[in-house]
Amino acid sequence: MSVTAVSAPIARPGARQAFIERLVAGGFALPALLLLVLTILVPLGVLAYLSFTDYELGDVDLHYVGLQNITAALTDPEFRRALKNTLLYVAIVLPGSVILSLLVAVLVHRRKRTRSLYEIIYFLPVTSTFIAMATVWQFLLHPSLGPVSAVLRWLGIGEIAFLSNPSLALPTLAVIGIWQLVGFNMILFLAGLSTIPKDLYEAAEIDGCGGEIDRFLTITWPLLGPTTMFVIVTSSITAFKVFDTVAVLTHGGPVGSTEVLLYKVYLEGFQYFRMAYASVLTFIFLIFILVFSILQTVVMDRRVHY
Amino acid sequence: MTDTSITAPAIAGTPKTPAGSAGRRFASLFITHAILITGAAFILLPFLWMLVTSIKPPDEVFNAQLRIWPKHFYGFENYAMALTSAPLLRFALNGIIVCGGILIIQLLTAIPCAYALAKLKFPGRNLLFVLVLLGLCVPEQVPALPIYIALAKMDLLNTYFAMMVPFFLSVFAIFLFRQFFRSFPDDIIHAARLDGMSEFEIVWRIVTPSAMPAIAAFAVFSFVAHWNDLYWPLIVISDVNLAPPPLGMMFFSDAEAGTNYGALTAAATILTAPLLLAFLFARRRFIEGITMTGVK
Repeated sequence: MSVTAVSAPIARPGARQAFIERLVAGGFALPALLLLVLTILVPLGVLAYLSFTDYELGDVDLHYVGLQNITAALTDPEFRRALKNTLLYVAIVLPGSVILSLLVAVLVHRRKRTRSLYEIIYFLPVTSTFIAMATVWQFLLHPSLGPVSAVLRWLGIGEIAFLSNPSLALPTLAVIGIWQLVGFNMILFLAGLSTIPKDLYEAAEIDGCGGEIDRFLTITWPLLGPTTMFVIVTSSITAFKVFDTVAVLTHGGPVGSTEVLLYKVYLEGFQYFRMAYASVLTFIFLIFILVFSILQTVVMDRRVHY
Repeated sequence: MTDTSITAPAIAGTPKTPAGSAGRRFASLFITHAILITGAAFILLPFLWMLVTSIKPPDEVFNAQLRIWPKHFYGFENYAMALTSAPLLRFALNGIIVCGGILIIQLLTAIPCAYALAKLKFPGRNLLFVLVLLGLCVPEQVPALPIYIALAKMDLLNTYFAMMVPFFLSVFAIFLFRQFFRSFPDDIIHAARLDGMSEFEIVWRIVTPSAMPAIAAFAVFSFVAHWNDLYWPLIVISDVNLAPPPLGMMFFSDAEAGTNYGALTAAATILTAPLLLAFLFARRRFIEGITMTGVK
């Protein structure tokens, strides 16, 4: 359809030009298209196909098993637990990181001399190699050797085994998740804050709306709406994809209390090599991400066209 | 003094005396910094503890007293131990090879494609763009399984190629550069065509240089993302000598089994340092690049 659009209305010297343009454009797009097909589309097709088979890595042949994997997943208590753990993790990290980063951004925004210093500090976890920092966290939280325990002992509370207590392990990972995410979200909020015109605040002051909290509620919060929406979506995706902390700090334990969705996919697919079952789990993972991502693309597209 | 008497009527409604407003401003400044410094302490604690533990002797680590500065400086021994018992520099080199390779192919494939999408007319252009948008929604963990099976069948596991191949195409780069190229003036492209330049030359010698800010930001984004990625290397690499920094750190900390924290934190410091130093030197670029998905 775009072919006709090119050749019809433009009175340029000829169809030859248009033909060459199409040829060149095809050549330019081809390598990317090839990679797109090979690394995204074909894998998605294979994944869908495997979902209905009993394939395990190393099998010579595979059989069609219908919906067996899907029903197995939906009734698998371990999978349900993984999904529940993931959602609980998101439920802690999302409000924690969004509210804290908004608070920090609003406070940092009006600092002049110290602004860049705070920006650097809060952004450090985003740039640091997290697996290295995870080792440090493990030591910080070590029940007998770590400084956190030392403080708790000094306060008379006693040692707490943050990472080996089933009811504390996931919240602890969530706190580390917030630590990783606050700086990132803060930068997004700062970008949003810089688009709010200063005269609005002056106008509000003249109208007698002088208090910090008043100004936040009447001006900052409503005008930050699109940014907040965006931060919520990206933070949900990031939190939903939690893997590194689990893989390094808890390996899904104690007693499965930190086994999250992506870690479960990793175990089924790349440790037990039950490829067919892992394919189904991957699809369920993808569905959740798609819901968040479609929201993200819509929001991002709108922001770009402004 | 005259200043305040002049402005006073303007804010007559609010019963502010100069002393009172100064006091309030001080209080609000105090609260602001108190909150920010508390948060900063929470953020910095692991970094601080990493640095001081890396220069502590084992007995001071193990007696678990809340002492920040070590009694005996043991940094030399810890860093030497970390560097000799794990190939840390090798991990860093692997990281550079993998991230560099990925970035080069990403740019070579994404830039021409983005130019075609932005400035040329060809059949299937809209379909391709829809595919790019769909690709944006698929995280790396989804195609991982089939790609792993294919690499295993071709006996390509434990290679640099295996580590790089899922990331050769960056749909995000195509999306970003397309947005950037669309605003490039058509007149310049037409003039270049009239001068007899080929489309190939126009892309690489005229349009690409103009997009340098976007390319630099994307380069930071891509480099940081793949330098820190654990999921994919963990799946395709079991050979220690090929491990990028995160996987190498994981091997090392499993081997030390959480006993030798001095050497472990020294290793963590060495592996975290390159990106952190780069960040401190090019702060704006880094922040812009990493948060680009949101700010752009």
